Amino acid sequence: MDITTTISALLTLAVFSFLYGDNPVYKFAERLLVGLAVGYALVINWQQTIIDRLYTPLFIDGRLALVVALVLGLLMFSRFKRSWAWLSGIPLAAMIGAGAGAALPAMLEARIFKQLSATVAVFHDASGAFEMFSAIVLLVGFVTTLGYFYFGVHRSNALAVSSKIGSYFLMIFFGATFGYTVMSRMSILIGRLDFLMRDWLGVIG
Amino acid sequence: MRKFLPISVSFVFGVLMFALWFEDSESRSMLHFTLIDYWQIIFAFGLLVGVVSFISVASRKISRGEEPFYNGVLIFGALLMPTLAMIDGLQPNSYFQWMFENVQAPMQSSVFALLAFFVASAAFRGFRARNAQSIILLLVALIVIIGRAPMGEFVWGGFDELIQWIRDFPSTSAKRAVLIGIGLGSVTTSLRVIFGVERTYLGER
Repeated sequence: MDITTTISALLTLAVFSFLYGDNPVYKFAERLLVGLAVGYALVINWQQTIIDRLYTPLFIDGRLALVVALVLGLLMFSRFKRSWAWLSGIPLAAMIGAGAGAALPAMLEARIFKQLSATVAVFHDASGAFEMFSAIVLLVGFVTTLGYFYFGVHRSNALAVSSKIGSYFLMIFFGATFGYTVMSRMSILIGRLDFLMRDWLGVIG
Repeated sequence: MRKFLPISVSFVFGVLMFALWFEDSESRSMLHFTLIDYWQIIFAFGLLVGVVSFISVASRKISRGEEPFYNGVLIFGALLMPTLAMIDGLQPNSYFQWMFENVQAPMQSSVFALLAFFVASAAFRGFRARNAQSIILLLVALIVIIGRAPMGEFVWGGFDELIQWIRDFPSTSAKRAVLIGIGLGSVTTSLRVIFGVERTYLGER
């Protein structure tokens, strides 16, 4: 039971103390975690972006194209002076505009065309009766769930039935996602309990 | 000027990133990577602004006498990590890495583990088998939870195949429809940003 393990274990217990209710020990651990996470993000960001991607290429390798990025970055600090604050909209606009421009084709390809082609491709790979049944389930689920989200027209009987079936598929999706989420949290909990019992207290061999 | 300049910048960056998707040459990748560097550098400066703001808000609270101890812990945590990084660097076995591995990481995983209790209690209170949809959701969640637990294989040997089938077909079908919805929403929002219709990031409502 070394000092490092004891510190980790006590902080773990401090976080778990929230199960008893909001208390000073938990508040301390929570604020410490938030503070450390901010400090960690700052350091990693400073090293990996400001130094490695800006300072070294610009001031040591002489990549002058990055002067624009430096100016745009510095404009972010204009937020601290009310009369200049509008200038921080320029780097924000550059970042959001670039993100939107990159997302447009990427989303079309990954979120729409690939999903459509993957749904149809299952029929090509289906070799037996059960595979064909599964492929039909996939197609029916896909079409009816899309129908569930279609609010453009009045829901006729056919569309109402289709969206009802779609809602069943959505519930299967939510149920499976919930089950996986619970189990992933459980495995993290078991990991923490294992750390406390095995590494700290040594009651498990 | 205060609106026109950011909207123009957003348009230029957005169109440039979109056009670069279709260009396949060395000059394209150079420009593409430069724009990605810009994006990351601006983001890094944004994070710096966030950290400065975080510390100034906590300091103001201390000066107003609002939870001075806990706000002090926040600032202490945020300043500790950069201080350790300055003293000893970021290499393995440095103070910075020790603090991350033995203080921050255990607390972070404990917070995630804590969610296991809250997910379970929320499910217990919220899940009621009122109609067909909620029964399906409950049933699928139960199958996944029992099947993923070590005891699942003792209850029934076919849980693994059943869970895999649910995941690959009915659940995936609904997930794909949701992803297409997300894709269409992202494409629309991207177009709105590029053409200056969406301006909420500039503080407009």
